[in-house]
Amino acid sequence: MNKYKIIEHTADIGIHVTGKNLKDIFVNSAEGMFKIIIGECQYLNKEDFIYKILLTAENREALLFAWLNELLFLSETQLVIINQFKLIKLTDYYLEAEVRGVKMNRLKHRIEKEIKAVTYHCLEIRKDKKEDVLTARVIFDI
Amino acid sequence: MKKTWNGPLNKIDDYRWEIPQNYSSGMRVPGMIYASKELLDKIRLDQAPEQVANVAFLPGIVKRSFAMPDIHWGYGFPIGGVAATSVDEGVISPGGVGFDINCGVRLIRTDLTVDEVKPKINILINELFRVIPSGVGSTGKIRISFSELRKLLKRGAQWAVEKGFGWEDDIIFSEEEGCMEGANPELVSQRALERGKPQLGTLGSGNHFLEIQEIDKVYHQNIADKLGLKKGNISIMIHTGSRGFGHQVCTDYLLSMQKAVAKYAIHLPDRQLACAPVKSSEGKNYYAAMACAANYAWANRQCIMHWTREAFAKTFKANSHELGMRLVYDVAHNMAKIEEHQYLGKKTTLCVHRKGATRAFSPRHPDIPKRYQEIGQPVLIPGDMGRCSYCLVGTDKAMKETFGSTCHGAGRMMSRTFARKQARGRNIQKELLEKGIVVKAGSSGVLDEEMSDAYKDVNEIVEVMHQTGISQKVVRMKPLGVIKG
Repeated sequence: MNKYKIIEHTADIGIHVTGKNLKDIFVNSAEGMFKIIIGECQYLNKEDFIYKILLTAENREALLFAWLNELLFLSETQLVIINQFKLIKLTDYYLEAEVRGVKMNRLKHRIEKEIKAVTYHCLEIRKDKKEDVLTARVIFDI
Repeated sequence: MKKTWNGPLNKIDDYRWEIPQNYSSGMRVPGMIYASKELLDKIRLDQAPEQVANVAFLPGIVKRSFAMPDIHWGYGFPIGGVAATSVDEGVISPGGVGFDINCGVRLIRTDLTVDEVKPKINILINELFRVIPSGVGSTGKIRISFSELRKLLKRGAQWAVEKGFGWEDDIIFSEEEGCMEGANPELVSQRALERGKPQLGTLGSGNHFLEIQEIDKVYHQNIADKLGLKKGNISIMIHTGSRGFGHQVCTDYLLSMQKAVAKYAIHLPDRQLACAPVKSSEGKNYYAAMACAANYAWANRQCIMHWTREAFAKTFKANSHELGMRLVYDVAHNMAKIEEHQYLGKKTTLCVHRKGATRAFSPRHPDIPKRYQEIGQPVLIPGDMGRCSYCLVGTDKAMKETFGSTCHGAGRMMSRTFARKQARGRNIQKELLEKGIVVKAGSSGVLDEEMSDAYKDVNEIVEVMHQTGISQKVVRMKPLGVIKG
């Protein structure tokens, strides 16, 4: 089972995410998003950034939107690449997480692509009954 | 994911195609796509026409959901879409503006000739690349406080000029004189301020660029003279927007609009179209925050232009006045504006959304500079880095037909990943150099994604607007040197 697959969109880019449960969907979406940002893995073994995230939203899609936006905001304003996502608590409306990452070093790290924002376009999380998994689709504006 | 659109497109004439209102039961007006037959075949390759139909669902939309020939698949709105809504009964939609609020283009003329610039093109491009921060995660050279940033958000390009980044005249030659009224920084989140503060005066990445061009063809001598654009002379084009600031404003208001959709019981086929009545508190707040982002973008382009002048002055050992580096015009192509238009025989106040579309006001319109009253508003159409760009002017026809709107560029044809695959084994930078175009970019990946083949031919796009009389061709510019984020 692929955790995420990067999908084509004429002007933008998206991810198709698969997971056993909602936690998987949130972690795999975040991993997919940072994969787009940084491309192939680069020297990310020494985490020197740690941050706690608390979020609430009206439904799980809105929560996923908020979660990915929160990570983008952190990455852009703190200049970090986030690569570890630990979800301490997750419901359809509430999220508590601890994330870790690496402060960007221009000599060591190269950013592949700037994601401007997470969009609501085609945003959905649904159950794939045949495979007994959850899937999600997220389109980014780049 | 990409699939062909097979819905109805009724031919009105060679360049106008209608999606009938009965195509989908929620459509309030028909859709209208401007395109040649050849372009239409390309437009059908993705779901952009479906998005034209979706936009027609917006409450209060009048006349048509328009799409320009550079239309391509966006999210919610198509890129290249124009929708005017009634201010009294209609809605405003952040999706109709996009994340990069007031992404736009400015054009600077010069007295320099191609013979003077060509021998120094490498020096110029290197210097510009050095002085103008570009690329992913780039931060600017201007250090400002949050309180200064709030002033900037209210004053736009005028703030930059007052701080010494430009000439006093510059602001006259910009849509809205570089400052949108009604901007209220109190309605902008702390997050937007945090993202915007370090990024002022940066080009960004993706399709944003700065280009040194040769004016290689004049279509209308009189108008070109009035604009100061001469065959064989050099012009400079800057394409960028409101950076992380605008992205955050859009993100914040998409959330409040999701709630507004439920509150006002608005039925929409795509959540990215989320909107609120123009006159509701949600609608007014978004407009005031969007105006802040628009002003940020104008200040951003103003600062970048200032450093461009400095780079030229340094290279040619003359000041920028002596080089005749006057701003021709600055246009926004991602914006919603409250404008007065003739509709059904009377003056009507409308909220005109242009997402990947350019305002193209006619001669004698009160909102264009005095100097251009006779000729109409300059419209700046950047092409891809391997072909050419255009300067057009707005017409009476545009006022009558499209609420004074026209195309904005070439329009993507390939997704970025597909473009990368196509570029595999090629050296795009070298290919461009062989065509006489010096390109410098933050990464080779950007060049692959932005190669000519990934775009529609801008010549075909502009021709549609010219043939329909929506805009008039004035000059064509060919790239000599490009910096990319």
